[in-house]
Amino acid sequence: MTNLGFIVAAYGVILGGLGLYVAYLLRRLGIARGASRGLGGDVDEAP
Amino acid sequence: MKTRVLGFVAVAAVIGASINGLFVVPADMNQGDAQRIMYVHVASAWIAYASFGVTALAGLGYLVWRDLRLDALALAGAEVGVIFTAFAIWGGMMWGRPVWGVYWQWEDPRLTTTALLLALYIGYLLLRRLTDDPARRAARAAVVGLIAAVDIPIVHFSVIWWRGLHQTPTFGDPSKVLNPSAPLQFVLALLGMLSAFTLVWIYLLIRRYQLARLDWRLEDAARRGRVAAAHGSAMGAASVEEPAR
Repeated sequence: MTNLGFIVAAYGVILGGLGLYVAYLLRRLGIARGASRGLGGDVDEAP
Repeated sequence: MKTRVLGFVAVAAVIGASINGLFVVPADMNQGDAQRIMYVHVASAWIAYASFGVTALAGLGYLVWRDLRLDALALAGAEVGVIFTAFAIWGGMMWGRPVWGVYWQWEDPRLTTTALLLALYIGYLLLRRLTDDPARRAARAAVVGLIAAVDIPIVHFSVIWWRGLHQTPTFGDPSKVLNPSAPLQFVLALLGMLSAFTLVWIYLLIRRYQLARLDWRLEDAARRGRVAAAHGSAMGAASVEEPAR
């Protein structure tokens, strides 16, 4: 495969970045859910 | 639960589309294997457009109906859009170096307007931090989101309106929808990646929307707590002062 470094850099950053963002969102959601449980209820409905 | 299933399906779709784009579809005759970057680059760009479109529409909806849930959706669109715009720029740079010989060229209208799009929506996200008042924040953000959205068609049509390094649309041009200038196998690989990224996008929008709603709920509780504490301390001060009167 030619230009392997560029292909790995492109796919690695994009797919790895997506994975990191999902992990970050889920972690923040977990913390927020834990905190909001004390207030009673969760927020899951769409507009 | 449904969102979790969507997440797993999205991950499987991205893995499948990546394997197809990297190992199944043949290399391009002129660009070689660097062309495989196009599948993630173009899909990221399209998802970014869609995200900012959601932000603009949700912002407009907020200005009409004053429903804060629409503001949460607008925020989700902007944040996810910024992520995908950054991915599109990165993918384009990684493709540009082996094919064009340069990572970036400021004279190119597509590249420059895309960088501007990224800056506009980072500005949108920063603007939201300027005030704690949810209604004021939502109204300001909606107006900025609508103004920033003007750049979306400029980015898309820049390759048609002005001459630059970036090639014209392969099949984003309405005249090329049924007759794209790329082999069918490449087009199908791109559509496969676009479908996978769309699933990821919907998942991220839902999760970011949920987070925004929870954050505001906690913000609201904290604000009410502060008011109650301030009220309590004022009452306390009054009761301490009471005997002196």
